[in-house]
This record gives sequence, C-alpha cells and structure tokens, in this order.
Amino acid sequence: MSLDGPEPVVAVAVFPGSNDDRDALQALTLLGADARAVWHTDESLPRDTAAVVLPGGFSFGDYLRCGAIARFSPVMRAVGAFAGDGGLVLGICNGFQVLTEAGLLPGVLRPNASLSFICRDVALRVERTDTPFTSRCTDGVELTIPVKHGEGCWFADPEQVAELDAAGQLVLRYAPGANPNGAVADVAGVLNEDGNVFGLMPHPEHAVDALLGSTDGALLLGSLVDAARLSAAAAV
Amino acid sequence: MRATVLVRPKRGILDPQGQAVSTSLRHLGFEVGETRVGRVIDVEVEATDAATARAELERMCEQLLANPLIESYEISLEDA
Repeated sequence: MSLDGPEPVVAVAVFPGSNDDRDALQALTLLGADARAVWHTDESLPRDTAAVVLPGGFSFGDYLRCGAIARFSPVMRAVGAFAGDGGLVLGICNGFQVLTEAGLLPGVLRPNASLSFICRDVALRVERTDTPFTSRCTDGVELTIPVKHGEGCWFADPEQVAELDAAGQLVLRYAPGANPNGAVADVAGVLNEDGNVFGLMPHPEHAVDALLGSTDGALLLGSLVDAARLSAAAAV
Repeated sequence: MRATVLVRPKRGILDPQGQAVSTSLRHLGFEVGETRVGRVIDVEVEATDAATARAELERMCEQLLANPLIESYEISLEDA
C-alpha cells in the first residue's frame, strides 16, 4: 500500500468548529502517515512536518464568510510560510475555503446555487495524475467521494478560469451532469500555480473504508502521503 | 466614531439568496424585479477624525469584511 521509508509527519490543523479533523487524522494514519493534530493558536508546525491538511467543518461558525476568520489564526501564518517554501498543503471543504480566503488558492467558494446543504456521494473526474495529490489515480479515472457543504460553489471570473484551465490547475471536476452546487466549469478541486497547494470540496477522508462505501478517497490522501514521504526523505 | 459598512454581491455575480427572496416576494403578491441580498456591519472606530476612520475602514473591508473578488462595499460615517 505504501512506499518504503518512515512515516511522514502530516499536520492536521484544528480550528474551533472543525469537525472532520479526527476523520482526517484516522484516514492519514491508516494510509501510513504520522498524523498529528495542531491547534489553531499554535504558531509553528510540528518538527519534520512533511504535509499539512486543513480539515472540513465550520471554523469559527462560518461567521462573515466561510474561512474568513480562520485564515487569520496563528497557525495559518505557519501554514502560509510552509506553503511558500514549497510545502504540501491540502484543504478539504472548509479547509479549501480557508485556503481561498488566505489567497493561497484562486477563486472563492460561494453558497450552493440551490441554497441547500448537500450531503451525498458525487462522481468526480481526475484531470491530471502528475500532481502530489492525484499520483495514485489512473488517467481518466472517475472517483466516487461524498460532498457535504452549503457553500461549495467555486467561482472565478471567466478569464481566470481560462487561465487556470490552460495551466492545468483545475485538477478535479464533477463528472458531466454531476455538478452538485453550481461551481463554474464543474470545478471540484483546484491546484495552485506551484503545484504544492490543493483544495477540494469533496471529502476523501470519508471514503477510505469499504465499510462506509467508496474507498476512492484513499487514492487522493494516499497520493499525499506518498508525496509527503518523498519530501521527508529528501529533507533528511 | 460610528460607521456602517454595506457589503453587497458585485454586479453580475449570481446571487441565489436574492433570487430566493424575490421569488418569495412574488409569491406574496408583490411585483418586484431583481432582489439582491447583502450584509450590514456596524463598526465603532476609535479614530476621531473622519479621514483616518475612513482609511481604516477601507483596510478592514479589503482585509476581512468583504471578499473583493465577489463583493463590493460602501462605507458611511455617522456625523461626517
């Protein structure tokens, strides 16, 4: 299941209102990471952190806008510096919202077009497999992973969408006809320009055990653990 | 000094909340066109002169109160 080498340290930031941090920690541990929770007031990441995950939930009650308050947490300064040095950062759902508010990922997540909270499995298309977040996927594969959000409608203006598309940054899309929230260009997940920060609305950490349905989430989180292991080995 | 900040979805940005409100108003028998929903934030600013207060509020809007990608804002100062 995993490459050789010691378990890479993956930090999971926990904000007041995060509620998928434990699932993320459990999934990452299952996939061979040394997953550690980091409280939002911590000003630094654990020693030897090889990747950071911002989990889903409702940080700071989603007050003002989703992720708008969490981005100013002390831990986010450390995450910003880590990402600036090329560190791997994954934002899931609310974590994705935090990353867009922080300016680490392009676009913004708006209320679903239906105005309804959506909680169900969705079909996803992986557009690229040469990223640290999708390396375990095969080209053109369709994944089934649950979404659960009220504000997952990714938006960017048409010129920016065209630029991101041309640059290959729109890595994860809802399958044709499966867009649950009105996101432009069916975008479910976006990569930053440098390729080390990724955010997505679906929850891979809820899809790692056959008992609960799909195990497709393990392909995405497993890719991250593989990349974290390589980056940890390179740092030694 | 007291200030009121109005944050609105930018023109051309789809506002599903506004659409739901106008639909409901029509169901109630009101003849309305487009409805847009924004947010009002009342702020007490420590600054005592209007220029300083306005400059601070501009920064508050850019950094936190509005998301400039999708929202526009208007600042009005009381007694100014």
